Amino acid sequence: MNIGAHYNYWVAIFLMMTGFYVVITHGNLIKKLIGLNLFTTSVFILYISMAKVKGGTAPIIAPGIEVYSNPLPHVLILTAIVVGVATTAVGLALVLLIYDRYGTIEEDEISLKDDAL
Amino acid sequence: MNHLPAIQVIIPLLCAPLCMLLRWRTGAWLIATLATWATFGVSFVLARTVVLNGAITYDMGGWPAPWGINYHVDTLSAFVVLIVSGVGALTLAFAYKSVQREIRPESLRAFYALLLICLAGLLGIALTGDAFNIYVFLEISSLSAYALIGMGQRRRALRAAFQYLIMGTIGATFILIGIGLLYSLTGTLNIQDLASRVEMIPNSTYGNHTLITAFAFLTVGLSLKLALFPLHLWLPNAYTYAPSVVTIFLAATATKVAVYMLLRFSFCILGQRFVFEQLTLGNILLLPSLAAILVASLVAIFQYDIKRMLAYSSIAQIGYMTLGISLNSHAGLSAGILHMFNHALMKGSLFMVMGAVAYRTGSVYLSDFRGLGRRMPWTMAAFVFGGMSLMGVPLTAGFISKWILLQATLEAGWWPVTAIILLGSLLAVIYIWRVVETAYFNPRHEIEHGTKEAPLSMLLPMWILVGANIYFGIDTSIPLHMAERAATILMSGGTL
Repeated sequence: MNIGAHYNYWVAIFLMMTGFYVVITHGNLIKKLIGLNLFTTSVFILYISMAKVKGGTAPIIAPGIEVYSNPLPHVLILTAIVVGVATTAVGLALVLLIYDRYGTIEEDEISLKDDAL
Repeated sequence: MNHLPAIQVIIPLLCAPLCMLLRWRTGAWLIATLATWATFGVSFVLARTVVLNGAITYDMGGWPAPWGINYHVDTLSAFVVLIVSGVGALTLAFAYKSVQREIRPESLRAFYALLLICLAGLLGIALTGDAFNIYVFLEISSLSAYALIGMGQRRRALRAAFQYLIMGTIGATFILIGIGLLYSLTGTLNIQDLASRVEMIPNSTYGNHTLITAFAFLTVGLSLKLALFPLHLWLPNAYTYAPSVVTIFLAATATKVAVYMLLRFSFCILGQRFVFEQLTLGNILLLPSLAAILVASLVAIFQYDIKRMLAYSSIAQIGYMTLGISLNSHAGLSAGILHMFNHALMKGSLFMVMGAVAYRTGSVYLSDFRGLGRRMPWTMAAFVFGGMSLMGVPLTAGFISKWILLQATLEAGWWPVTAIILLGSLLAVIYIWRVVETAYFNPRHEIEHGTKEAPLSMLLPMWILVGANIYFGIDTSIPLHMAERAATILMSGGTL
């Protein structure tokens, strides 16, 4: 098995694990959201790279073109991107409110304030 | 008539912006209530049609199935839709008073709109016949759920919502990866089309790596969403700090829909033989389910916030559902599916009691229940009946599904599992009894809250659910028939 042949998967896996690591290790809520975004973006790349057909062009009907890349994953990912934007928006809104009511966005400080009650 | 599957989702989806546009708050409630009752009506007709005439397939926009998106309504989806919309309708009737106390008046309209969007998402998951559409609807329902949980009064609600957002998004992304891998393998997203193409994949007897990876991502992602035991961490906080109405709605519907997705993906797409014989989903689910039943019930015993106690009990009850699935038999599956329905009834009524108590006393700590047996007799009686159903006392709905589950484990010869189910019920007796004892046998609270019986608009939906608990415990033919039929369809690969 040629490991380099599927380098697109390696890119996706690397990005995904980076994002996942950031989500797990960082206590700052904004950083968590950034990690989450990386995590979801890696899946977008996975989908888009799957759509590529070797030697294929953009899916346009034109004379002389017979091999197309698959446009469907692009459309799917367009939807997923919108979902990702919405998730980030809701997440950021929550972080703002958390900052309003706790005065911090560091997870351990928030826990301290919760336990103090 | 034949547009019913689409109408089911469109009603709440269109009424949601209408709630926002209205300046009149009671109007928003009216619209939301009408919308949920209309969807309930539609789901009733749908379920009737499906049971009498078999599955309905509806092509969105008239595009035929493998290219266009279709809605496929079989007995299982109709059953889940019935649960979701029924609970939704009762919850909104209950909401009117409860929300006045728990939600800030300026965000009331947004609250109703979000609740409707969440409902639309959950209904969409159950109805759609397209794998990617499931993901989209899942995110629609989850995003609105995060916002709804964040509307809780205490600031911890925000943290719970954020935690749920992180975990939920990771789960949903896993599901997205799983769907993507299935698509890369088969080139289709339609569930029926997927099923037939997955079957044709050569080499699947020895395990196709992509297929196994897809299965792994889907199972983990869905387990996160349905709060299977080690992945349940988001649930207790989310249910405890969310507004009462949101807890009622989510506890009774969201996890059930996630169980539905697990069933749909493993039985209808990947195929029962592949999933159970080669990938041993049964064994994968068995241990977490048993752990959920035991550990979550034990943890529930030590909770002083009763809402939190019920949240842990929900995790245990989800364990019963997945246990039914893991048995990989017709009886086990029917028990799991039936328990989805019964659990919605009992947790719906119990969380409504929490909502009513929170409405009168402001919080639901164990100490708040002192003397409530005398001061809120109807509410506490509802708690007793709901609790009996949760324990599985005969003549309540909870008994039926546990009984069938017990029979299924005996049929499979799993004696230790039978013992654990019984032990789980005993633990339920303990944690329900704590509350009942405090409510009926402890002296009144020193500080008089001026507590009196909950308003009628709360008692009515509560007692409808309690009545359903008792009715379906005595005459269980309708849900049992549907559950058994759904199990038959699933065991045959969803083609009936």
